[in-house]
Amino acid sequence: MANLVKVKINGQEFEAEKGTLLIEAARQNGIEIPAFCYYEGYSLQAACRMCLVEVEGTPKLQVGCTLPVDVNRDGSPMVVHTESETVKSARKGTLELLLTNHPLDCPVCDKGGECELQDMVFKYGAGESRYSETKVHTPEKQWSPVVFFDAPRCILCYRCVRACNEGMGVGALGIGNRGVIAEIIPNKHDHLECDECGSCIDICPVGALTSGTYRYQTRPWEMNHVGTVCTHCGDGCKTTLGVRDGEIMRGNNRDRSGINDEFLCVKGRYAFDFVNHPDRLQSPMLKNASGGHDPISWSQALDMVAKKFSEVKARNGKFGIIGSNHTTNEENYFLQKFARQGLGTKNIDHHRTGDLATLFDALSGKNDTLASVGDLYTAKAVLVVGNDLSQQHPLLANQIRANFRHHAAHIYTVTTGEVREDKQSIAKVRVKQGGELAGVESLREQLKAEASLVILFGDSVQGDSLRKLVAFGDSLGIPVKYIGLVDYSNSRGAFDMGIIPRDGGLSREQMLAATDLDVLWVVGANPLKSATLASNAFVVVSEMFMTETAKRADLILPAASAYEKSGTVTNVTGEVQKLKPAAKVMGTKTDLEIAGSIAKEMGLNLGIWLPDKMLEEIRSTVHGYNVPMPILSTGGAAPTQPLNGRVAALPGTIASSGDTLFTSGTLGRYSKMLNSVMEAPGALYGGNK
Amino acid sequence: MAKVLYNEPSPLETLVISRNFRKEGSETLDGYLANDGYKAFLKAKEMTPEAIIEEVKTSALRGRGGAGFPTGLKWSFVPRTSPKPKYIVINADESEPGTCKDRLLMEYDPHQLIEGIIIAGLAMDAHKGYLYIRGEYRFIIEHMNRAIEEAYKRGYLGKNICGTGFDFDLYTHSGAGAYECGEETALLDSLEGKRGIPRMKPPFPAVAGAWACPTLLNNVETFATIPAIIRDGGAAYAALGVPKSGGTRLLCISGHVNKPGVYEVPLGYPMMKAINDIAGGMRGGRKLKAVVPGGSSCPILRADECDVPMDYDSIAKIGSMMGSGGMVVLDETTDMVKFALRIMRFYAHESCGWCIPCREGTTWLRKILQRFDDGGGRKDDVRVLGEVSKNMLGRTFCALGDAAAMPTISIVEKFSEDFDKRLAMQGSGLVTING
Amino acid sequence: MTFSPQLEERFAKMLQAYPEGKKRSAVVPMLIYAQDETGAVTPELIEEVAKRCEVTPLQVDEVVGYYSMLHRKPQGKFHVQVCTSISCMLVGGTELYDQACKKLGVGHKQTTADGVFSLEEVECMGACSWAPCVEVNYDYHHNVSPEKFDALIDGLRKAQ
Ligand SMILES: Cc1cc2nc3c(=O)[nH]c(=O)nc-3n(C[C@H](O)[C@H](O)[C@H](O)COP(=O)(O)O)c2cc1C
Ligand code: SF4
Ligand code: FES
Repeated sequence: MANLVKVKINGQEFEAEKGTLLIEAARQNGIEIPAFCYYEGYSLQAACRMCLVEVEGTPKLQVGCTLPVDVNRDGSPMVVHTESETVKSARKGTLELLLTNHPLDCPVCDKGGECELQDMVFKYGAGESRYSETKVHTPEKQWSPVVFFDAPRCILCYRCVRACNEGMGVGALGIGNRGVIAEIIPNKHDHLECDECGSCIDICPVGALTSGTYRYQTRPWEMNHVGTVCTHCGDGCKTTLGVRDGEIMRGNNRDRSGINDEFLCVKGRYAFDFVNHPDRLQSPMLKNASGGHDPISWSQALDMVAKKFSEVKARNGKFGIIGSNHTTNEENYFLQKFARQGLGTKNIDHHRTGDLATLFDALSGKNDTLASVGDLYTAKAVLVVGNDLSQQHPLLANQIRANFRHHAAHIYTVTTGEVREDKQSIAKVRVKQGGELAGVESLREQLKAEASLVILFGDSVQGDSLRKLVAFGDSLGIPVKYIGLVDYSNSRGAFDMGIIPRDGGLSREQMLAATDLDVLWVVGANPLKSATLASNAFVVVSEMFMTETAKRADLILPAASAYEKSGTVTNVTGEVQKLKPAAKVMGTKTDLEIAGSIAKEMGLNLGIWLPDKMLEEIRSTVHGYNVPMPILSTGGAAPTQPLNGRVAALPGTIASSGDTLFTSGTLGRYSKMLNSVMEAPGALYGGNK
Repeated sequence: MAKVLYNEPSPLETLVISRNFRKEGSETLDGYLANDGYKAFLKAKEMTPEAIIEEVKTSALRGRGGAGFPTGLKWSFVPRTSPKPKYIVINADESEPGTCKDRLLMEYDPHQLIEGIIIAGLAMDAHKGYLYIRGEYRFIIEHMNRAIEEAYKRGYLGKNICGTGFDFDLYTHSGAGAYECGEETALLDSLEGKRGIPRMKPPFPAVAGAWACPTLLNNVETFATIPAIIRDGGAAYAALGVPKSGGTRLLCISGHVNKPGVYEVPLGYPMMKAINDIAGGMRGGRKLKAVVPGGSSCPILRADECDVPMDYDSIAKIGSMMGSGGMVVLDETTDMVKFALRIMRFYAHESCGWCIPCREGTTWLRKILQRFDDGGGRKDDVRVLGEVSKNMLGRTFCALGDAAAMPTISIVEKFSEDFDKRLAMQGSGLVTING
Repeated sequence: MTFSPQLEERFAKMLQAYPEGKKRSAVVPMLIYAQDETGAVTPELIEEVAKRCEVTPLQVDEVVGYYSMLHRKPQGKFHVQVCTSISCMLVGGTELYDQACKKLGVGHKQTTADGVFSLEEVECMGACSWAPCVEVNYDYHHNVSPEKFDALIDGLRKAQ
């Protein structure tokens, strides 16, 4: 804090940085100045006039949300009153004006109970009105499967417009008409074409914008709120699930906890509905003679797997284990321990979507070279290589946009097609697949002039070219940090926990191609979607849905989803966060329970398979994972440092699954909401336009 | 033989900026040159920018757009040495009810305006000007385009004007129907292709105006006055008026007078003399009831308040404003309920809708007045009208809210008997509507 | 979309008038001049202006809703605008507007069945000292008496 000045608010003297907006200075000191249009992080509007305050020496009431704190001309502190009679009556007057055209049917409004207008009227006692004329009325409109708009409830605070334009960089909302009939309008005349992120709904202080998945289903006070982590992409957004009677009703992050502040994309906010999909597997199933499956009991199933595994282990048969990039660290850790110690096999792998092995190897011995989500907001310069960030990593893209907005960060893109980041970039380079490095090289002189840089790169930069990228970074002579982009909620964890074929194990492809495999155990993955199994192996699959792989299974074990369990996951930037169970689906077990039960049936001693115990073990044995528990248990994100020690090259292919904003592997297929929006399935690099 | 004007001139006028109006061919470049045209520019070219600004300060010229801000002072706020380009923006939105003078300056003497603009360009080190004309004035836009084209052809605009080495480009820009776009910052947003929503101040346009560059924005009449000030000297111009309100201005007299029209009078001219002598007195010999002194935004004056010199300070002293020079004269037959309603219909229609108090307040007031006029008046309506107006006053984003509140407050305070009379009529059973 | 050569020339000049990279500035004038040719601001015109001025169609749409002279439906061949704002109202503007309604058989913002006339009650047009005032398309008529008004309409009807 460079330039502190004194300011006197309601008789108390405080210090604030010169130029701080009065509304912020007051907030920092626990004094709330009411506001509708003021919203931290977005441009100033001064439209609602709720924040008017009295400033001594100025005859007119002043607008608190745009007034910078400064000393008076004579050097004396600014003297402000935020609760004087004049201020209170002005506020009451503004509310009275605001309510003239606002419906007063709070009991049937979707926002009832969490409406900022309702709270404000309650607080300032503006319940009575002298208004007795007719109100402007227009019918409610549906703009997309997820966005409804009820103009009469809108108070024109323009939060939604800014969230969409400035926050998302989408610009799908604007203002139509003027005067008392001015209203929010969508970009396609009567409907929206956008990211369907729902930020506009979440930020709306009143019931004007409501969500197609949630509206009129429940009252806010009937729900429990469970803060957990979104299971879709690798960014690791915190999402608070509103749960009623074991059913997830909505997702948001209004409490601004977590690395994503309020941000959520369409998947985080709406695509939790796969949990309740009627196709969820709810009983173990055994393959029958005709190739279909019949339900069996859990005890029969576990018994059968244990016997099979023991038998194959006893005769030194060949196992192949394919883990998941959605399951928890605890589950992954236990699974690899099961494989290595319990079954004595090195054949364990998962669908690797980015070349973390080479990245860690190339950076080994260096400190502070992995960027966090937070770093993207403060970095002076950001280079995006080979990824359509706003489609594949919505939170990271959001961080970069906010960084540009607030700090004018320099953004560079080197991609095979048009990306949203181009709009803010100071240089964009279009390359052919494989030409990324040459593209990066062409920016050398510009990048050298930056104070520091964060490089994000996708799956097209791997192996040798990744080493060259790091060498390029080293040669710039400025501090450079990296983010190796990987798909799905726990790709990073799967790698770090050791779901990799190190020390000569078979890769995923090799397992599938081996003709002599005896057992293939697939946990939460669908390798047979695009490949065939060469062997006659006994296939055990734990899954949520009847995927291509499950269809081939001899035995299917119904698994719980991420929203139904405890544990931790590690996001794309290596930050660990805790999951909390929000829902419960009858008949399913978590993968930790499943693996633990099999171990028990087999008589293996692999430790106590409770998530907390497993986490303890991870913290003490996995390099870089000795994360502070207080951060985790309070819902925070704990950074990991898995950089030491070389990781030898691994066999197998590395490829992103290329999910867009509107697809998410198997889960995406089973989200009705995600599939209902017209933008789905979308395409990368502006390919759908 | 003088040509036919919209209204007969009055021998009592002091002709400065309208001195060419009645001359044949005054709208052409040759006509202008024949009357000392562009000599002020050549004189200004020999002066330092500081000296030009000083001259304007000396003239005691105050903005003719409405707010009456001292022009010289405003000119001195523009950072003329800024490395950014500087722009001149001319406010020809002329939408304040009661005002119809800027169009005459453009119709009858377009080159006087152009000369004023390029002198301002010299003083600001600006090389581009935008003349923002309300969309309804299409014929004036075309007329100005012709004048501009002529000036370009003859070297009074464009590169190296009159061989002085000074370059200036001037463009017309059409509005499309919005009173709010007369407000200087809303005008700039409109000029930039957006909805005409006012901007937050600071920064003021002088520092960050059009396209975030330093911008000098004045009314048409203000710019049109500049050649006279430079030609005859600021002091001579100031002497025409009264202290702090220098020179002359165009007064648009309308309403219940015998000879409504636009007349040029010195600042400080007695209001009653303007009504009785210049405008030919009240129509049909009826009694004066009220005067709106400077456009519909100004608090209204009762007849007994009208014995006042018309300059900025004198009118301010009695609680009103000189405004845009739109003087509307009302006789005893005027129903102030209807008058207040008509004013509020205007503001409710023209409110841009950005801020709550203006958007909701103007509509609420309009609805009360409409109901009242329809015969559904209630006893406490007058009180509510006053309270709601005061609730808006000083609390809106821009001055449009004040412009709506001030006349209403003055009308309900000064003419409550008109409202009472209506209520009495309702009570007597002449009208029976319940709102 | 293409416009008449004169309009295209106007647009080309217009886009030169604003500083580099500020084509958006042409949105309002472009819309109003184009509307004169197309008769109304159609969705197609919005797309076209957006393209020429390098903004999104939504940004143009926002502007269209704001300005009262921009309209999405075609008006009559003669768009008759009667001012009833204060100065006109005081000297017969309101009565003139009522007369116009009767004479044309339509009301505010309506068009006659044959599409020849449309009517609009408008706010102050800047002709206060020569009130009441009527503007037909872009032509001003000052000091309009009831007789003058009838003659004006009859003349237009004959002329079309
Ligand atoms: C609602 C509103 C409407 C205005 N309309 C006009 C107008 O039509 N013409 C004008 O010159 N000034 C108008 N003004 C005043 C301008 O904001 C500005 O003060 C003026 O153009 C500055 O020029 P001046 O200093 O030469 O008067 C308006 C102000 C407000 C608040
Ligand atoms: S819809 Fe909601 S967020 Fe948007 S302007 Fe209206 S009240 Fe504000
Ligand atoms: S919060 Fe300041 S005007 Fe809305």
